[in-house]
Amino acid sequence: MGVPAELRYTQEHEWIAIDGGTATIGITDYATQQLGDVVYVSLPEVGAAVTAGEPCGEVESTKSVSDLYSPVDGEVIEVNEELDGDPGLINAEPYGLGWMFRVRVADGQSAGADLLSPTEYDALTKSAG
Amino acid sequence: MTEFAGWRMPLRYGSETTEHNAVRTNAALFDLSHMGEIAVTGPGAGAALDYAVCGWPSRLSVGRARYTMICAPDGGILDDLIIYRQAEERFLVVANAANISVVLGALRERVSGGTGGGYGETESPPGAVVTDESEATGLISIQGPNGIGFLSSVTNLPLDGMAYYAGAYGKVAGRAAWVARTGYTGEDGFEIFCAPGDCEPIWEALFGLVDGGLPVAGLAARDTLRLEAGMPLYGNELGPDVTPYEAGLGRVVRLDKPGDFVGRSALAARAAEGPRRTLIGLLGKSRRVPRHGYAVLSNAGEPIGVVTSGAPSPTLGVPIAMAYVSGSPNGPLRIDVRGKTEPAEITGLPFYDRRK
Repeated sequence: MGVPAELRYTQEHEWIAIDGGTATIGITDYATQQLGDVVYVSLPEVGAAVTAGEPCGEVESTKSVSDLYSPVDGEVIEVNEELDGDPGLINAEPYGLGWMFRVRVADGQSAGADLLSPTEYDALTKSAG
Repeated sequence: MTEFAGWRMPLRYGSETTEHNAVRTNAALFDLSHMGEIAVTGPGAGAALDYAVCGWPSRLSVGRARYTMICAPDGGILDDLIIYRQAEERFLVVANAANISVVLGALRERVSGGTGGGYGETESPPGAVVTDESEATGLISIQGPNGIGFLSSVTNLPLDGMAYYAGAYGKVAGRAAWVARTGYTGEDGFEIFCAPGDCEPIWEALFGLVDGGLPVAGLAARDTLRLEAGMPLYGNELGPDVTPYEAGLGRVVRLDKPGDFVGRSALAARAAEGPRRTLIGLLGKSRRVPRHGYAVLSNAGEPIGVVTSGAPSPTLGVPIAMAYVSGSPNGPLRIDVRGKTEPAEITGLPFYDRRK
């Protein structure tokens, strides 16, 4: 599935699509391969404030559980309700139907400054083996 | 892929849930060549094993197998084993990969009488030889209700007549093999012990029986399958600080067999006093999954034990766990899942029984 060129990435294997003041966030294909089948995802609530680099949810798979981080500061404006009944969407379409939550990026934040480019993220996953 | 006891093992080939479900509803192949195989042979092999392990291998008929354990003198579990009697004077001891050297060392010491108390200097030599055959043995397993049909089509052995926990020498895909009706999944299945060079042709013959390939399964599915079946895993439920009684497996300790065996006096004392802790099954009542090492609490919040294995059960659709707890708790419990407690209820083991 690779690393889509139109997205930005984090060290914690989230992807983020920034459209104006709104950011859509999910986890990468690489992350899903490391986790295995996702069985449950706990997402922040709509209206919650999230802080870049802070855990805001968790992703449970057969073998492990991982914290979910927000890549940006902001307010959660939407979560993917479909994942509650069908967490397998995260494995099947990590960059599509498996998206997790949307954030209104906080004012004054230069969203994306600390994020990884597709090339940088690709290198990160390759160095991690 | 993952590192496991010095082997590179597939954690999963694709989706581990799909692999798990294939074993429950159809069949899947496992490559288990990492397992340890130790032969104990000679006229005294049965008697030597009776002294070395908790079970009573000398009573096994040729072609039969038994689940047993090898314990330290203090009753702690060194490993859990399956012992096959392949011939009158040949037993195959299958040990966990991580424990091969411990089991081999203990067997060699015990069979030669090195611990004292077994075969003393005044007794006749035991006439048993211990040989590590792990490197010379491959192991392919086919597990699942349709496994018998698939395997029957590539072997000369009449599998329908083979009892559970029995085995026989025969041919699989034209290669010599020891085929046994054993497994670690809670499902009907077979294990095929063969020469390492014969693994690939046997695997290919079975894999090729279905267009697109017979399902294959990795370590992740193996773990959820054995957990649903309530089967203990060495390092989780079993270890040197656990006796078979605490693990709910006191039946494997044959205190009724004649003669001494390593651990007898300690185990007899444990049997008399009752278990100090109990292995229980837990059903999670939320979707957050209890994992190895998480604390088990009473409903009032008092710590009473620890989770040994936990996973989301593909078959039951809820989190399941095994845990050691003190006393005999009943009613609802809680599990500390990373700082936030989640409700759980006690359930009998196994979680899944194919006969029900």
